[in-house]
Amino acid sequence: MTAHAPATLRPNGPAPARPRSVPSPGRLLGNVGKASLLVVALVLTLGPVIWTVSTSFRTPAESFTLPPQLFPASPTIDAYTQVFASIDFWMLVYNSVLVTALITASQMFSAAFAGYVFARYPSRGMSAAFALVLVTLMVPIQVTIIPVFMIVRGMGLSDTLLALIIPAIPTAFGTFLMRQHFRSVPAELGEAAMVDGAGPWRTFFSVYLPLGWPAMAIVGVLAFNSHWNEFFRPLVLELSEKNFTLPLGLVTLQGNLGTGSVSVVLAGVVLAALPAIIVFLFGQRALRSGLTSGAIK
Amino acid sequence: MNRSVALLKLVFLTPAVVGLGVFAFVPIVASVVLSLFHWDLLSAPTFAGADNYAALVQDASLWSSLVNTLGYVVIGVIAQIAISLGLALLVDSLRWRWVKAATRSVFFFPLVLSAASVSIFMKYFFDENFGVVNWFLSVLGVPAVPWFTSPVGAYALVIIVYVWQNVGFTFLLFLGGLAQIPEDVREAAMLDGAGPWQRFRSVTMPLLSPTTLTASVMAIISGFQIFEQPFVLTAGGPGDSTQSMVMSIYEKGFRDLDFGSASAIGVVLLLIILLVTAVQFRLSRRFVFYQ
Repeated sequence: MTAHAPATLRPNGPAPARPRSVPSPGRLLGNVGKASLLVVALVLTLGPVIWTVSTSFRTPAESFTLPPQLFPASPTIDAYTQVFASIDFWMLVYNSVLVTALITASQMFSAAFAGYVFARYPSRGMSAAFALVLVTLMVPIQVTIIPVFMIVRGMGLSDTLLALIIPAIPTAFGTFLMRQHFRSVPAELGEAAMVDGAGPWRTFFSVYLPLGWPAMAIVGVLAFNSHWNEFFRPLVLELSEKNFTLPLGLVTLQGNLGTGSVSVVLAGVVLAALPAIIVFLFGQRALRSGLTSGAIK
Repeated sequence: MNRSVALLKLVFLTPAVVGLGVFAFVPIVASVVLSLFHWDLLSAPTFAGADNYAALVQDASLWSSLVNTLGYVVIGVIAQIAISLGLALLVDSLRWRWVKAATRSVFFFPLVLSAASVSIFMKYFFDENFGVVNWFLSVLGVPAVPWFTSPVGAYALVIIVYVWQNVGFTFLLFLGGLAQIPEDVREAAMLDGAGPWQRFRSVTMPLLSPTTLTASVMAIISGFQIFEQPFVLTAGGPGDSTQSMVMSIYEKGFRDLDFGSASAIGVVLLLIILLVTAVQFRLSRRFVFYQ
């Protein structure tokens, strides 16, 4: 590579004139092309979302206005009041909040606990237990839903909210993430605490747990995102309407919602997405690193 | 002290390990066992041997769900990888940091929505008569596409909606991969007089190959699990034209109460996923260029 070093390259001299300052026609064309591609991609990504939000504020007569208008001609929140009037929307909200909150909290702690033991007390038996965690990491719920349904039914939990919560307390991926996290904490820290007279419980709760929060936040945000949006398990495990969560309720109760206009259905969709959007706004970094950390092998 | 450590290990491991054992590991084994039985939940299970698998092979609608799913994976993953790689290169080359961060957020956004909700609003967005998409096509002079009433239109719709939502995931992976390529490597290629295409072919792509492999494998595995889009958008129709394997598991099990056959489809899906993972391990040793 050094053999081709161009003559203009002088290590200590002034930087060579940057071709950017006077854009050549080719470069200019390239930039225009790049910008237009970017705009098209942004419109295609946001278009359906903006249309959904905008339509949720329209009157029934206006809901399919073509050509599409960015803002409703006569904005109204009728569709939103209609959602609460036509189905028991608060019940769906209650179920979703309860299920997601309990799953999120228990995944954060079950993963931190087990991840800590795997990281801090390695042994042959531990490796076997950890191998079991890794095996289950690869297999999606869609594949095992029949036995899961049977087990839940055998426990007498079918058609209860616990049917969703209890099987989701452990998390293979979260446990893996927490193990990696605690392995990066120097062992001297725990030993120092022991020397100072702290027992194993104290050592965990006052030394390791405070250091575990950043990774636990990632586990929590991931758990929230996937279980708030989850459709397949509720569809299989919940039979009566009183146990439906938001995504399941929106799909199955569309008929009751859509009688007036699509605006009502879309208002339901927007409301159900709000908590996820809030987490996206404030926890985006954690969510991004959580989603992509699965790719680091 | 030692007893205290033992107690801590027991208490800390139980929720995760016993939980995963009961609700994830046992079900893997159980689906293989169940697939060898006839069971409708009402009467006692009877041993079926390979009957459920033989029935799978003969069931035309199951074949189409298998073929459809393979098609979703092949077309969907190629589209997803191509689009997300293009977007990542585009966003990575942006010079203003806030534009970079903002566009990254936009392309990532659909991932935080529920696939069920996305399918609901896309159903209206693609409405054959009043939808925005067909209106826009008519402006371009393209005749209305029968998104729901023709097999090809419905199939395309499921893929479009799936890719629309999932492109952000592989986009993030590629963007992360691009950020890892050292600036001096690219600059060296530039100083050597390599044009943009040559730089992409000979520098960016080889250095991005580990990311491309992981992104493809993750996209393939999640593609095989496609469910919400065909379930909500088309209910598998028209005919069986958009039926997916997971839809078949759901319908065989919870509509027809044929838990043996439903488990057999699950086992087939499991084997496919294991195969893809095994291929990934082989390939990553042979073809991927690690810097």
